[in-house]
Amino acid sequence: METPEITAERIRKYLSEGKRFDGRKPHEYRELKIETGVSNKAEGSARVKLGGTEVIVGVKMDVGTPYPDSQDKGNLIVSTELLPLSSSRFEAGPPSIESIELARIIDRMIRESKYIELEKLCIKKGEKVWNIYIDIYAMNADGNLLDAAGIGAVAALKTAKLPKYDEKEEKVLFGEWGDENVPLKKFTPLSITFHKIDGQFIVDPTQEEEDVSETRVTIGCYDGVISSMQKGDHTTLSIEEFEKILDLSEKIWEDLSSKVNKILKN
Amino acid sequence: MTAKKSENFQRPDGRKVDEMRPIKAKVGVIPNADGSAMFSFGDTVAIAAVYGPKKMHPQHLQDVEKGTLRYTYNMMSFSVTERIRPGPSRRSQEISKISQWALEPVVMIHKFPGTVIDVHVSILQANASTRCAGINAAALALAHAGVPMKDMVSSVSIGKLDKQLVVDVSKDEEDWEDGEGATDIPFSMTSDGKITHVQLDGKIDAKQLKEAAKLAREATKKIYEIQKKALKESLEGKDG
Repeated sequence: METPEITAERIRKYLSEGKRFDGRKPHEYRELKIETGVSNKAEGSARVKLGGTEVIVGVKMDVGTPYPDSQDKGNLIVSTELLPLSSSRFEAGPPSIESIELARIIDRMIRESKYIELEKLCIKKGEKVWNIYIDIYAMNADGNLLDAAGIGAVAALKTAKLPKYDEKEEKVLFGEWGDENVPLKKFTPLSITFHKIDGQFIVDPTQEEEDVSETRVTIGCYDGVISSMQKGDHTTLSIEEFEKILDLSEKIWEDLSSKVNKILKN
Repeated sequence: MTAKKSENFQRPDGRKVDEMRPIKAKVGVIPNADGSAMFSFGDTVAIAAVYGPKKMHPQHLQDVEKGTLRYTYNMMSFSVTERIRPGPSRRSQEISKISQWALEPVVMIHKFPGTVIDVHVSILQANASTRCAGINAAALALAHAGVPMKDMVSSVSIGKLDKQLVVDVSKDEEDWEDGEGATDIPFSMTSDGKITHVQLDGKIDAKQLKEAAKLAREATKKIYEIQKKALKESLEGKDG
């Protein structure tokens, strides 16, 4: 833990009175900013800022062979890079468990909600399907990379266009786009992560708050449906606490998803 | 509480909705280890071995405040229908981490600064719920090794097949496609019902997920009794 104990104590003391250093309420997100089309070679891309946290997410596509257990569906591949440029905590080298877990949580948030209509990304059953890569880069890590990455993935997908495909030559015309969007469902899936600090639950922690967090639960949800969930870290959760965050997640999803959609509309 | 069963619903193997597959638990299966155990849900078989607490090497990984619990989950290449490549994958690394977190709340690692407790779990035969079987075996192996623990951890998967909740998901059930398909919700709990691990894949609403937690509570109580029995047997018997 890189946040000193003296700060940790103060965070806990404030929270016991329902307060946070930056004046937010326990279940309030930091200011959200989304910019799309940040990389013109990508099929879709987005830069998401949640307070001091920033991620860039890009969607790329190409054509490949389907997995044996999904012969008539496109392939979804999610990866994360926790770039050393984004924090002194991250180092170059093979992916850390932190980055693997982040990618897998976002993967399941997208996949289990069936947000991408992968069955429409089949070109020839058993032979040719679209691969859709969602690559998440941390640019400035200041807590809650998870939810920022989830918003970024959705924003990048919503703005992505399919590359043109030459059916006669059976090859992708990279760098040329038609009007066809990535086939998506109407709803907006999001990941909402709760952190437990000294018996209190907060969302969207700053880096300091995340350091003090004893346990976290990420809920992938939309329209009152919970489609993925993962608890991480080392403390327990009572069944009553579990029920409480399920109830909270619905309200938070409503606020956050309408914010995301409002920004993307403009 | 018992799960309500909607009419016409049938589990592929004919079990009752809140019935787990036959469970076997045995400690002391690996003589070299400081503690070891086998745990199975029907065809899903996990073997766990604990080595330590021992000095952490390399030294820079040592934690001066507490010991480190290091969990390695591994599927044997032949444990599934289509051979999987031996060695760690992204999936296995994530399960290792999740399982470590599932056990950390009960293991008194603060008593062992500078050390590591290695928990190695191998899946010999897989028919879904492998992470749950692994955690159950690991908790047993830790207790068998005499590592101080505040409580036991017991793990079970709750499934939602179309709209029906079931306990202890098998592979056939995991691949359920009718209606709303399958939702898989592995839970791990202490004997007093605190959640130490939960994951979810699928589609469910908050109300039914709360029911799932209650079913998991009942099932983990039963598993806890089986774990206790296995530990007692090891003290009475020759092995262990």
